[in-house]
Amino acid sequence: MSYTKRLDGRGFEELRPMSAKVGIIPRADGSAMFQIGKTMAYCAVYGPRELHPKFLQNPETGIIRVNYNMMPFSGHGERVRPGGGRRSKEISMVMRNALLPVLDLKDYPNSVVDIFVELPQTDAGTRCAALCAASMALADAGIEMKDMVTAVATGRVEDKIVVDLNYYEDSHEDGADFPIALLPNSGKVTLMQMDGEMTKEQINECVKKAKEACKKIYEVQKAALKERFRSK
Amino acid sequence: MTEEVLVKDKDIVVPGETIATGMSFLPGKGTYRENDKIIAQKLGMISVEGKVIKLISLSGAYTPKLKDRVIARVVDVLMTGWRLEINSPYSSVLTLKDATSEFIPRGADLTQYFALGDYVVCQIVNVTSQKLIDVSMKGPGLRKIRGGRIITVSSQKVPRIIGKDGSMVSMVKQATGCNIIVGQNGLIWLDGTPEGEVTAVKAFKKIEEEAHLGGLTDRMAAWLEKETGVKVNPTAAPTEAPQGTEGEPHPHHFGGSQ
Repeated sequence: MSYTKRLDGRGFEELRPMSAKVGIIPRADGSAMFQIGKTMAYCAVYGPRELHPKFLQNPETGIIRVNYNMMPFSGHGERVRPGGGRRSKEISMVMRNALLPVLDLKDYPNSVVDIFVELPQTDAGTRCAALCAASMALADAGIEMKDMVTAVATGRVEDKIVVDLNYYEDSHEDGADFPIALLPNSGKVTLMQMDGEMTKEQINECVKKAKEACKKIYEVQKAALKERFRSK
Repeated sequence: MTEEVLVKDKDIVVPGETIATGMSFLPGKGTYRENDKIIAQKLGMISVEGKVIKLISLSGAYTPKLKDRVIARVVDVLMTGWRLEINSPYSSVLTLKDATSEFIPRGADLTQYFALGDYVVCQIVNVTSQKLIDVSMKGPGLRKIRGGRIITVSSQKVPRIIGKDGSMVSMVKQATGCNIIVGQNGLIWLDGTPEGEVTAVKAFKKIEEEAHLGGLTDRMAAWLEKETGVKVNPTAAPTEAPQGTEGEPHPHHFGGSQ
């Protein structure tokens, strides 16, 4: 069978409607919201700040800690078990690895930057939305970054390569999910995962389409960051 | 590749955005060079000064600098001094030697000088590569704070709050009748009538919100006049030295007419 039309009527390379806002959590040093379709990520950044317990400190550089969390009522009605789990721990780790290449915390020895991402509503592509929100929040916190981080989930549904999968496509029995994080200006990849099976050609197509999609996401991020200091 | 600046002066840029191409420009603070491009390293406002392109931060933590006058809170009493929190990623230490010229006998109770939770005005005298910070209380205007209230603003906005040669803060003082000390770390102490304090707090929040916009001094003068009814003169430099209380005007001001 062939996947001729997407379930929500989008084009195969079309992203869901996006919106972004920076500076939404007043107590945090930096914060941002990123929404793509029904997936919504809120991120708060604290720091650089003193790190305790002391044995976690690195005298050569500051470190980052990422906490990814899906809220219990997010998702598709079945309750998400609150608190950390195998999945959220893994995503926190891959997000840390995706964000670290753009950061340079050498000037902040022994300190920590804490990044908290909460997802009140999810419809697949959460780690990508979380990364988009996190990089905006880091920029808002005034932390030095080489580049922004943009991320999008690509994948295969039956015979078609699609961009920005929703939950029904993501959970399709004959398909694969391929989230990618890109640095929009240098084009470098900081996250690449795959769940499912694809051929080499299909993977190349995914990367190519993700690059195009990330350009659009970057524009949304850029506009939101600039909006923060717009003349009133 | 052509040599050109791709953004206008005072534009807001995001990290990773290319500011200029060509080798004839120099990357200043907050920017870096990659091949022949100058790229922003932070979210901030661009300032082009001749060949040097620098980026003025609009957000971010306070970075302690030598000789900065800061307002600090006592968070711990040590064997030979106090640990002070200075609204930055690192705390600082005030040693007995730098705290007072009084003789303090061995084993004395240090809380009789500075107790936990006290606020002091002090000056940073040493910052190491590992960000160990020493502060001193020896100098004009450095003292323990009694009464009044403390507010926190973004430390990046402090140069604007002080204004050129302290013009902005003396305007607020004039209008509200408050005693004001602005620490470089973003802590501000105010002491005056309840109404005056409330107006001053509002004024500082307004400056903080509009720090990146031009023509701020005139706008603040009009606003203060409306709020308090006191006529303030934005252009006149402060006549009397205001008790040496504000920090030194910061070497770099935000662009815009002052």
